[in-house]
Amino acid sequence: MRTTFIESLSQAASENPDIWLLCGDLGYSVLEPFAAKFPDRYLNVGVAEQNMAGIAAGIALSGKTVFIYSIGNFPTLRCLEQLRNDVCYHGADVKVVAVGAGYAYGSQGYTHHALEDAGIMSMLPGIEVFVPCDPMEVRAATGLIATSGKPSYLRLSRQGEPNLGAAVTNLRKPRILRDGRDVVILASGPIASRALEAAGELAGRGRDVGVVSVSCLKPLDEAAIRDAVRDASLVVTLEEHILRGGLFSLVAGLFAGDARRPPVTGLGIPEQGGKTSSAGSREALLDAAGLSAQAIVARIEQSLTKR
Amino acid sequence: MVHAAKASHIGGCLSMADILAVLYTRILRVDPAEPQSPSRDRFVLSKGHATAIMYATLAECGFFSLTELDTYCRDGSIFTGHVSHAVPGVEVSTGSLGHGLPIAIGMALAACHAGAGSRVFCLLSDGECDEGSNWEGILFAPHHKLDNLCVVVDFNKIQSFGSVAEVLNLDPFAEKWKAFGWQVEEIDGHDLTALERVLSGVPAASGRPTVVIAHTVKGKGVSFMENKLEWHYRSPSDELLAQALAEVCA
Repeated sequence: MRTTFIESLSQAASENPDIWLLCGDLGYSVLEPFAAKFPDRYLNVGVAEQNMAGIAAGIALSGKTVFIYSIGNFPTLRCLEQLRNDVCYHGADVKVVAVGAGYAYGSQGYTHHALEDAGIMSMLPGIEVFVPCDPMEVRAATGLIATSGKPSYLRLSRQGEPNLGAAVTNLRKPRILRDGRDVVILASGPIASRALEAAGELAGRGRDVGVVSVSCLKPLDEAAIRDAVRDASLVVTLEEHILRGGLFSLVAGLFAGDARRPPVTGLGIPEQGGKTSSAGSREALLDAAGLSAQAIVARIEQSLTKR
Repeated sequence: MVHAAKASHIGGCLSMADILAVLYTRILRVDPAEPQSPSRDRFVLSKGHATAIMYATLAECGFFSLTELDTYCRDGSIFTGHVSHAVPGVEVSTGSLGHGLPIAIGMALAACHAGAGSRVFCLLSDGECDEGSNWEGILFAPHHKLDNLCVVVDFNKIQSFGSVAEVLNLDPFAEKWKAFGWQVEEIDGHDLTALERVLSGVPAASGRPTVVIAHTVKGKGVSFMENKLEWHYRSPSDELLAQALAEVCA
């Protein structure tokens, strides 16, 4: 995902001389091609995210499009007030790009797990939020935000993620990864691969299960989401994020006022609370959080029995 | 304005009045007829609570009429109690301290890149130098040789809840900036000639950003407000307003 991002951004910067990239002293073996190609539009600001966000706002208010890049919580939570006041309140054309969504930095520990970022960023006024599930969506998202003229958040995983479906036609709309009508799993981010795995298992048991990638969390295309689940007797949301403020909150909120609404089962990462986090690969940590494909299957079966 | 709206922060407005007067009459290349000109100088008010003096200055310079100031802090007004970019001539909204300098640095970088010769001035309070974000910027600007950037610190020695010396001492203040690589000018912030001399030296010939440490008096010009913490908060009564105006106009 990181490589696809920087390739896409370099392409956009070749076409638009007003695109800048700032990083907070992170991006080793990722950002170098951009830095080499556009040295006067690339800046390593140092380990100083508040300054980076403010500088980005200042450059953007001078007519530029500025990407800022760092790991998970650093360009988001660390400088949240700068993003709220300096970027969003001014409508500054700043794109926050965070690498390491969810448990992507598995063994690095809790500080490097981005579990609340998408929800918190979605709460900022006027920002658009994208959580792509595969490299094809990353390419589409990078191109989209490079020309949107709006504050944006792009949440990336790390590397090696496979493409999960057919070509992306419109990133703002839900993308069907697997057809199915009775149970529809709405997934955001690369954890959609586990949704596909679970759907395959459920299909083997005679269930009719669809999987839809929802990579544009804000603005949420509410009509398209309704359309995607119109025949479903169960809607499942799956995200590498806590349930509060993420995809589940958005989808549950969407249907909350409906007289006849589908049940929505939310699958995500439990809040850590005061417990310490264990070392482990992304895959192991997701399994421990109850998000193995087998656990997803079991939780969907459980929800189906309650219908 | 502050009296009519029962607003606050008059002490910090009066300490920087002379700085704004020199900036807007002698230094800044800004044009009320073309407030968004790409080649304009930028002024970023980081001590965003000092709005009454900021809006009054812009009105006096012709960005809008003086009568509009009557709406200051009133329902529906664009003239909010912390500075708002909805007001013509205001570059950015601030109020939470420690935001202005990084934004000004971004503007200075963009101006260097564009080669338009624009300069960026940023006014900080002394109290907001407690904010770590400012020190991130203070470290950054000399490294990138931003000689088109000038910070003015309104060093009135009183912050929200006590004197600077008592709350979080900044001294030796000039030495700190020097150690970070800034061109440091230390002057009486009410000496108009000295202000014009140092502010007209931007961009600095040294190739470094400039900081002007302006020693000022909180509540300057009104005897009962001078060096009084309470005038960070209070709004003058009718009687005190009359006395203050008499002193300022004397």
